[in-house]
Amino acid sequence: MSNKKTRLVVIGNGMAGIRTIEELLKMSPDEYEITVFGAEPQPNYNRILLSPILSGEMKFQDTVLNDWSWYEENNITLHAGKTVTKIDRQRCVVETEDGVSVPYDRLLIATGSNPIMLPVPGIDLPGVLAYRSIDDVEKMLAAARDKTKPKKRAVVIGGGLLGLEAANGLSLQGMEVSVVHLCDWPMERQLDQVGGGLLKRELEKRGLKFYLSRQTEAILGDDIGGEHRITGLRFKDGEEIPADLVIMAAGIRPNIELAKSAGIHCERGIVVNDTMQTYDPKVYSVGECVQHRKQTYGLVAPLFEQAKVAANHLAEYGRMRYEGSSVSTKLKVTGIDLFSAGDFNPGPEDEELLLQDAARGVYKKLVLRDNKLRGAVMYGDTVDGPWYFQMLRDGTDITEMREHILFGQAHLGDSGRGGAASVANMPDSTEVCGCNGVCKGTIVKTILDKKLFTLEEVRAHTKASSSCGSCTGLVESILANTVGGDYSTKQSKKAMCPCTELTHEEVREAIAKQKLKSMPELMATLSWKTQDGCHSCRPALNYYLLSAWPGVYQDDNRSRFINERVHANIQKDGTYSVVPRIWGGVTSPSELRSIADIAEKYKVPTVKITGGQRIDLLGVTKEDLPGMWGDLVNAGFVSGRAYGKSLRTVKTCVGSEWCRFGTQDSTGLGIKVEKMTWGSWTPHKFKIAVSGCPRNCAEATIQDFGVGCVESGYEIHVGGNGGIKVRVTDFLCKVATEEEVLEYCGAFMQLYREEAHYLDRTAPWIERVGLAYVKQRVVEDAAGRADLYARFLESQKYSQDDPWKERAEGKDAHEYAALAEIA
Amino acid sequence: MNTVAAYGNTPFVDEIRAYVIRPYESEMGKMNWTQIGNLEDIPRQGSRVVNTAKGEIALFRSVDDQVFALDNRCPHKGGPLSQGIVHGKRVTCPLHSWVISLESGEAVAPDVGCAHRHEVRVAHGVLFLEVKA
Ligand code: SRM
Ligand SMILES: Cc1cc2nc3c(=O)[nH]c(=O)nc-3n(C[C@H](O)[C@H](O)[C@H](O)COP(=O)(O)OP(=O)(O)OC[C@H]3O[C@@H](n4cnc5c(N)ncnc54)[C@H](O)[C@@H]3O)c2cc1C
Ligand code: SF4
Ligand code: FES
Repeated sequence: MSNKKTRLVVIGNGMAGIRTIEELLKMSPDEYEITVFGAEPQPNYNRILLSPILSGEMKFQDTVLNDWSWYEENNITLHAGKTVTKIDRQRCVVETEDGVSVPYDRLLIATGSNPIMLPVPGIDLPGVLAYRSIDDVEKMLAAARDKTKPKKRAVVIGGGLLGLEAANGLSLQGMEVSVVHLCDWPMERQLDQVGGGLLKRELEKRGLKFYLSRQTEAILGDDIGGEHRITGLRFKDGEEIPADLVIMAAGIRPNIELAKSAGIHCERGIVVNDTMQTYDPKVYSVGECVQHRKQTYGLVAPLFEQAKVAANHLAEYGRMRYEGSSVSTKLKVTGIDLFSAGDFNPGPEDEELLLQDAARGVYKKLVLRDNKLRGAVMYGDTVDGPWYFQMLRDGTDITEMREHILFGQAHLGDSGRGGAASVANMPDSTEVCGCNGVCKGTIVKTILDKKLFTLEEVRAHTKASSSCGSCTGLVESILANTVGGDYSTKQSKKAMCPCTELTHEEVREAIAKQKLKSMPELMATLSWKTQDGCHSCRPALNYYLLSAWPGVYQDDNRSRFINERVHANIQKDGTYSVVPRIWGGVTSPSELRSIADIAEKYKVPTVKITGGQRIDLLGVTKEDLPGMWGDLVNAGFVSGRAYGKSLRTVKTCVGSEWCRFGTQDSTGLGIKVEKMTWGSWTPHKFKIAVSGCPRNCAEATIQDFGVGCVESGYEIHVGGNGGIKVRVTDFLCKVATEEEVLEYCGAFMQLYREEAHYLDRTAPWIERVGLAYVKQRVVEDAAGRADLYARFLESQKYSQDDPWKERAEGKDAHEYAALAEIA
Repeated sequence: MNTVAAYGNTPFVDEIRAYVIRPYESEMGKMNWTQIGNLEDIPRQGSRVVNTAKGEIALFRSVDDQVFALDNRCPHKGGPLSQGIVHGKRVTCPLHSWVISLESGEAVAPDVGCAHRHEVRVAHGVLFLEVKA
């Protein structure tokens, strides 16, 4: 290499620092010459898994995240076991205690934090340990296995997350363990009093002893057999208890001494801005040592977010900002299910929802403000933890599910997944992902073997929850249970796909504001990281451009999934299905006759009545498609778009024309609606139904848009979903005339088209934005509704060309014919 | 030997019926190169299929006009790779979204499997495929 590379020095060989390097290498593998200093003699390991090592469930080797060879392969110089004692910012050099000095162009400080050692007499005695590193754990294990002492008693000072995990581990190693805690209940930062009480009782059952509301005054020692040893502990109130080992788990403090001594601005932590830069522009910092917007963090998930942002700036992409994280917690004690997130101590303007079932040992508390979740505490049954956490972060309006929310997602009609038992107690053989046949045991094993942290990684390696997604919550719970904490990548800001850091909203906004009208232009302007996107962003971008610039943007069929590209549904054997549109489900003998003739002509193996009131011709070869379409078009049919993210069917019932109960012409209205809406592209498929009376034979209440006819008019329902997770529609409003039904339908569809994320059906979209919002835009704001409707009709002008007709006439002919035959 | 130019951008399906071409020994060395069409016959970021006695071969054209050839069978469950979305030098299988490298035919990690690749050459806009006997 001719040019000298930029030199990056990292202080801290721990989880946040190395994660930053991993992210950096992904983006810009050759930009830096990297040197890492680590005070610990080991390579980077997963600190979170110290607890399973202590409890004997894992070995150290299993927790190594980057082994020695990783550093070598990536040309990283690692100084393991070397503590940096000086940063010379004038000369841009770091120095270690034993005289190694390395110059830098960029510096990354990731020194983590230090355990707080209470300043009480006796703190220096051998046998007083912190709980932070593998070294600490090895000492604890040695003490527990010490054969020279008959009775081995450990006292853990601090009843927080770390203290309890230490206590549980030592107890499993056969020690007699007591926990001393300042507050009235353990884990007061994660649990309220009731939850804390339940936890305490469970841990007592397992043999732990609690000394609550106690303050340690001194650690007592004596000379025993020529050795100075711990003998016990004295509280402020004078009581003394015996001890052979004392673990300090009274909290952590950001490790900022080094940064401070170099004159870098620190408060509680090293102060950084949204790009993870310190007050010295050459110096970045990530991890527990950092203070960002007054906040410090002690869990991995936010640190990994920070790592991503820091790497983005080190790689000079300069696009991402860290805006803080909300965190959730999970205690890693096997068999105890506990989850907490957000702010769970209700203030005066908050409401509280409670569920307590002593017999099942279940306790749940949700804290709400303005019908949005602010915090959650759960004990005993935590399957829904990730679900609540997701809604908390998304700011989901929960008005509509308020009555059932405490019972969990399963009670909102999650068919097939109801009553999912506690994840921890679930046997390994339980099938978690029905689509891909993945069992719990496989997921746990893969998480541990492959050292996974995020839902995305679990999806990639196991395929669990990568298809229909209905088991996502369960997979997240298993992940949380296996590694602790919540690592889902659905963070406050969720990038569209790995090709960009921008969210769906940001991309849609940029398309409108910066008038981006083609995909190459969009990718160039928004600094796409890949040459031409991927299978996940391209279809989304194509849709966004299409919906933003009707009549202007040229649909890019190379960015469509196969079904939409060839206008037919691909089947498992590579053949296709053909579903002609049957308006409102009404057909005629002559139509049926032509379908029958065409089916025979092309030797269609299966003719089936679909669940959507039309006819499916299955098993057609690709080469036959254009010919068959030509025949269908000649017989008066258009494509049913059974393949598209677009209007699918409009189901109707017989209605007033025949039915003795019918109140309106539901069939006729359905056909009118279908004639207006067919051909429209939508973020996901869109289904409509019109029922002639409240008996609702067309199942209007599980459609994206449903109309229920009554004597006095038409009741409009929106946001229903059959399928994977059944959701009944929300009642939107009632109108008097068919014209109004058409207007509300067009306006609602347009709002959905303009604002939902690609691949969001109306149900999850409405759950996210809230029914109140949709009502405001479509019902209350009459002028706004008229505008939406007008925009819908305008864009329909360009989308009601029948794709089958065009293709039967030769468009995209190359899609349907082989390039050559070679004998 | 049919001339390849005949089927450039012909509009009607019936006229696009594939040509039967016999392999011939080319001057490009000892390999068995068969002329199969023009670069322009494959859309950018798209794919076309060549039927051979041993099965279908998918030809892909990347956004920067490189051409690759793989068996038209996904190593997962045999999905037709030619129907996938082409991005960079990769194609995503239309059935269950495995991502396959066009250069090597290998599935991109974490999936494991390989779609056999074939040699293909573009000379003056004309495509040649090596078909093994
Ligand atoms: C053909 C049909 C089954 C049948 O034989 O009856 C069918 C077939 C497929 N459905 Fe369906 N669905 C069919 C009615 C339904 C219905 C019932 C309805 O529309 O009233 C539902 C539940 C209602 C709903 O959508 O809320 C339904 C819920 C799904 C879902 C789950 C959607 C969800 O949001 O949960 C999927 C998966 C997806 O879209 O991602 C799906 C996906 C599919 C796909 C496209 C799967 C695929 O990608 O290959 C199937 C295509 C087969 C093909 O080539 O035709 N299909 N599917 C029905 C076609 C109706 C039509 O005339 O267009
Ligand atoms: C027992 C235990 C259990 C935990 N459980 C969970 C959990 O379930 N979920 C969760 O989200 N989080 C958990 N955590 C917290 C999580 O491990 C930390 O948040 C995370 O490791 C912090 O990463 P970091 O890079 O900031 O610090 P660290 O991982 O501590 O890395 C900092 C590194 O810098 C080195 N260093 C410091 N100063 C210097 C210097 N001057 N020179 C050279 N090297 C230096 C240190 O030796 C250390 O290796 C747990 C922590 C512990 C101790
Ligand atoms: S038709 Fe629908 S329900 Fe049936 S197998 Fe296919 S996707 Fe599943
Ligand atoms: S057949 Fe290709 S991904 Fe399944």
